Amino acid sequence: MDIRVQEDRFDAGAELNAFTVRQSNAGAVVSFTGIVRDTDGGLRHMEIEHYPGMTQSALSEIAAQANQRWALTDALVIHRFGRLAPSEMIMMVATASAHRADAFAAADFLMDYLKSRAPFWKKEVTVEGSDWVAAKDSDEDALSRWN
Amino acid sequence: MRVMYFAWVRERIGLPREDVQTDAATVADLVAELRTREERYDAAFADTSALRVAVDQKLADFDAPLAGVQEVAFFPPMTGG
Repeated sequence: MDIRVQEDRFDAGAELNAFTVRQSNAGAVVSFTGIVRDTDGGLRHMEIEHYPGMTQSALSEIAAQANQRWALTDALVIHRFGRLAPSEMIMMVATASAHRADAFAAADFLMDYLKSRAPFWKKEVTVEGSDWVAAKDSDEDALSRWN
Repeated sequence: MRVMYFAWVRERIGLPREDVQTDAATVADLVAELRTREERYDAAFADTSALRVAVDQKLADFDAPLAGVQEVAFFPPMTGG
């Protein structure tokens, strides 16, 4: 498993290709990429804060859970922090398994968990000011699907 | 003990981390202690249902014991992804 927390941009296409070609027993790769979205047209940038001592271990633990629940051959998580402009890529997840069902389910699980169990906080800086993005009830509800 | 604050908790209290001398037995006791310090702490911890806590860098509950703990962090619900 490859877990990276970084400030720098990443090339999702290149990462996905590298991840895919290094699989030896996988028949399926699923990936998700999260992008900074300018919902109301006034977003200047997004600031992502994280908890350096905890982020890597929290992500690793979530990935290990996915690995226990599904027959994955590999998983990749890249999550950025710092200042991100609209349309920049925030994060990506890729999963590999023998058949697609495991890879799809594990990617879905990873996204649900790292949305509300990995120590990141988003702040939107708009033309009108700045505000922390509030967690949604639907994010917590999404977790209950996996119990 | 090192106490850390993130996101709006950090902004409301006005600092990212501090060393706290405390005999608090649980996270909740530590919160009660911090709230008596100054108005900004009282405001930040007014509604603990809006907060999450990590003890030694693992998510925990407010009734978690603090014996032997080196680091406690307070923050709002996480918004990764």
